Parts: sequence; structure tokens; C-alpha cells
Amino acid sequence: MSYSGGRMLLSSQREGQVSRFNVWVTILVPFLALLFQIYVPLFFRFLNFLEMPLLVVIYIGLMRRNPISGLLVGAAVGLAQDAWSKNPLGMFGITKTLVGYFAASIGMRLDVDNVLMRFLVALFFYVFHQLWYWVMEHMLLNQQSPFDMPAWLGLGVLNALVGAALFHFLDKLRVTSR
Amino acid sequence: MESFLNRYRNMTVLLLVIFAQLVLLAVDAKNDQHVRFIRVWTVTVVSPLARVMEGMRTSSISFVHNYITLHDADAQNRRLQAEVDRLKLENVFLTNQLNRADNAKALAIFQQSTPSKTLAASVFSMGIGSSRKVVYVDRGSTSGVMREMAVVTPDGIIGKVTAVYPTASEVLLITDPMFAAGVISGKTHARGTLKGTGTSECKVDFVAFEDKVDPGDWFFTSGDDRIFPRGMPVGVVKSVKPGQPYREIMLDPSAMTAGSPDDLLIVLEGVHQDIPDTPPATQQVYLAPPPPPLAEPLAQTAAAPTDGSASAPAAAPRTGSGTEADKMRTVYQKAADSEDIVLGGGPTGQNIKRPPDFTKIPVDPRTVPQGRGAVPPSAPAAPVPKKGTESPIPTKTTAPANPDAVRRANQAGGGPGGIPQL
Repeated sequence: MSYSGGRMLLSSQREGQVSRFNVWVTILVPFLALLFQIYVPLFFRFLNFLEMPLLVVIYIGLMRRNPISGLLVGAAVGLAQDAWSKNPLGMFGITKTLVGYFAASIGMRLDVDNVLMRFLVALFFYVFHQLWYWVMEHMLLNQQSPFDMPAWLGLGVLNALVGAALFHFLDKLRVTSR
Repeated sequence: MESFLNRYRNMTVLLLVIFAQLVLLAVDAKNDQHVRFIRVWTVTVVSPLARVMEGMRTSSISFVHNYITLHDADAQNRRLQAEVDRLKLENVFLTNQLNRADNAKALAIFQQSTPSKTLAASVFSMGIGSSRKVVYVDRGSTSGVMREMAVVTPDGIIGKVTAVYPTASEVLLITDPMFAAGVISGKTHARGTLKGTGTSECKVDFVAFEDKVDPGDWFFTSGDDRIFPRGMPVGVVKSVKPGQPYREIMLDPSAMTAGSPDDLLIVLEGVHQDIPDTPPATQQVYLAPPPPPLAEPLAQTAAAPTDGSASAPAAAPRTGSGTEADKMRTVYQKAADSEDIVLGGGPTGQNIKRPPDFTKIPVDPRTVPQGRGAVPPSAPAAPVPKKGTESPIPTKTTAPANPDAVRRANQAGGGPGGIPQL
């Protein structure tokens, strides 16, 4: 289902469609993504590369096209992810806040219903997420983690593929309005 | 402000959320030293600002403090300068006091050693006017001072009393043109008259051109003026010019080398003494320690000249002139020469076949010393030898019969370390 007739860029914000979700969807989907991120890799290690909370934040940001709601969802998901991990509180929160904000900002200019665009956006924000996390580790925590851009790109492609499929599934849950 | 927030609402919310999470991160995370990052970041951010503020505060305080300090330093500098000036004056005063104490001590020693009766006095005023060289001393007629009394110091004569008041006296210095005194050369016994010139030098008039006087010779008072006792040092000849019929002799007064002294002696009763043929060894009075109990062979010491101008007694024995010890030595030398015995020729008992027979010395009242340290005429057969003339053979007969007389005779002889007898 495409609202833009096959174009990837919108001529104006009015062409974009603001997707609305039920409240339970906005709460349940990120929660399920967090559960998946926590428990699934315990049983299926090869799924450890997936960053489900990030994909959900990207999707909500793109669909809501509201930077404030996007950054709030990103902050909430990120802080929850920090709380369930050994990371200091705020590392994933800050990163996903920026991702949600920029995703909502980009969603106003892009045809977020285009599959290729979704793939590229998911790829871009995955790399941005990893890069920003690495920068924060170095700048704020003074931790020396490796800078592995090829791995980030490879994992980004995989996450983008999963994200494109996930976004298609999540489209079923939105309430569209123009 | 409200419109600004509305316009940049998204960005503002983003920054607020990120800031809040940064605070959360800083509170939650710790570094390697287990210090929370909020503390690390706070210190990192605040430290430069605190350092700048501390620097400004320190600079301000330092500026104010330095200003106040400099202000105090100026006052302190003036106070210290005044104190330095006061201490300089005090130092000069104390130095003068010390010098006066030294002079007074020397004066007291001289007063005890000289046979003349003297009275110590201090100069309290200089004469008014540059033409006359007079000073006023704090002794007058109530102390027994009379006009025409001699005024001396251990270094030599100073002047004479020209006016006497009940508690003060006027002393005419020897540099005054009106001053005159009879003097005699210590080396050639050339007589003359000392006169002041108004300067720091004096001249000796009426010295015949045939009398030999050289620069460096000493002049002493002759006693002819009935003011100054004979034998007091006057000064040393500075220059001699030939003249007809008298020489022109300029003389440096020995007592005025450092200017007019502050303390001096007024000779109340003068005692004439012999004219020493050697200049005073030093201008300071020195009392030699008492001689050792055993006589030493001092003949060699006595034979040694005291300076280049003085002749050795052994080489040029004097006849009748000189001190009492010299006269006694001459008697013994003649006795030894008549028996071909060399006195003082070596250690005791060497190069002497037999002791000299001093019993054959003729008793001549003129050669027997009289006065201080004299040997009684009743004992000519066993004369008391003096240190410089004792027999090289120590016998009981040559032992000092009167050690005090020997010591005084030695002192009278002006030997090394002795007191120049005035």
C-alpha cells in the first residue's frame, strides 16, 4: 500500500500522511521489541545482531512525523533498554532520542511508505545509532571500543532487511488519516 | 521568549531530553576511579571557571594588598631612613667615645710612667678665629694650673698654657705663629727654636748651617725655655733647606698628626730627662712585661741597632752620653777591652779563657749612674750588671743584686719593648 504513488521524496509536507496508532500499540510494540531484544538472543544467538527497539523507534518516528513524539518514544525505549542492560542509564536513551527525532524529521520529507526508502532509512539510522553510541562511549565514558564500520554496515543491511519486513507488518497496526 | 520556544519547540524539547539523560548518565555511570561522571564533568567544567575566578580574586586581592604594602613601604622606608640616620649619629658618637677611651687609657699609662707631675685635661672649646691656634681645656687655677705650663700628650708636646681661669685654661698650640720652644735634635744634638707657622707644620729656627740635620731626624724639647721639660718628643724633620746663617727646617709635630687631641696633660712639675738618640719606636705607650727571673744574654740584642740611623753601641761605644745603662755598659766594655775579652761573643763559657776581672774597674763618680735605677756608690766592686751588659760567665758575683733597678735601667735605655723614656 503506497500513499505517494511510487515517489521517494515528497514535494511538500502536506503530501505526507500522518499515521496514528492506538495507545496500546504505541506502548505494546516497543515493549515487545524490548522483550525480543532481551530474551530471543538467549535462545537464538544468531539473532543477537537484531536491534528491534531501534527499528521500532525508527518506524514510529517515520510514521508519526512528529519530532517531539519521536524523541520521546526514542528516549523511553532507550532508557528502558539501558535499564535492562549493563550500560549506564542514558547511553541508549540519548542515542535513540536522536534517532527518533531525526527519523520524524526525515519522515516529513520522505515517502516513508516506499520499501526501498524504508530500507535505506533503516540502514542509515542503524549506522548512525552505532556511530553515535561509539562516540558517546569515547567522549563521555572514556571507553575504548573498536571502530568497526564494515561490521556496522553489514549488520545495518541485515537490520534494514528485517526492518523493511517489520515495518510492513507494523503498517497493519496504524490508523491512517489525512 | 515564548515565541522563541514555540518557534524552536522541537529543538528545545530535544535538548532538554538529551540534557536530562546526560544528567542521568552522569549520575549513573562511574569512571575507572569509581567516581561518578557527574562529579567528573562538574569538576571538569567548573574547575576552569573556578580557576579563572580564583585568579581574578587573587589578582584583585594582590593588587589591593600590594598597593597597601607599597603604601606602607613608603612610610616604612622613611621610618627606616630616619632610624639609619639616628644609628649613624650614634655610631659616630660611640666611635668617638671609644677613641676617647683609648686616648684616655694611653694618657693614664703615660701619666704613670712619666716622672713629671701632670694633670689630665680635656679640650672643650676651640679658639675663635682662624689666625690663632688655641684651645680651651677644662682645668684652671683651682686645679693648680698656671700660665706657661707645658701641655703634652704621649705623642709629644701640644702647646703651653697662655691664660688661666678658675675652671678653664687657654692653651696655645705649637702650630700657632706666636708659639716658641727650645728644641734639640736627638741624633746630633743640634739646638734650635721651634716656631709655629699657622699651618699643620712647624719650623725650627736658629739651627746653624754647620749642624747636621736630615729629614727623618727627631727633635725633642731641650728644656732651655724653662717651660717644657727636656726630652719630650716634638716631631720629625720633614724637610731641610740650606740657609745662611741658619737652616730652614720644617717639622711635623708628632702630637698633631691626627689634629688637635681631645685629651691632654698639663705638666704641673716637669722633670728633665735625657735626650734619646733614637726616635720613639712607636707613638703609643707600651708597658713591657716584667723580665724573667734569670738573666739572658741580651748583649747581642742590645748591640743590635734599633734602626738604620741608630749606631750599634758595641760598634760605636758612647762616652758618657746616653742613658744610665749605656754609661754602665761603657764602663764594663772598657774593662773587658783592657783584658782582650769580647763580651757577648758567644754562648756562656765558650771562647773565654778566663772571666774578666771587673774588680779593677775604676770607681768614677761621674760614670756611676745616678738617679733612677742607680747603683749605690758603696758597691762599685760588685756592680749590678744590666741585661745587655751582663757577663757571659754566670757567677754569683754577676747576679742581679737589685732586679728592680735593672728593670728600670733597661726601661731607661729604651731597649726593644721598653718604654721610651721621656
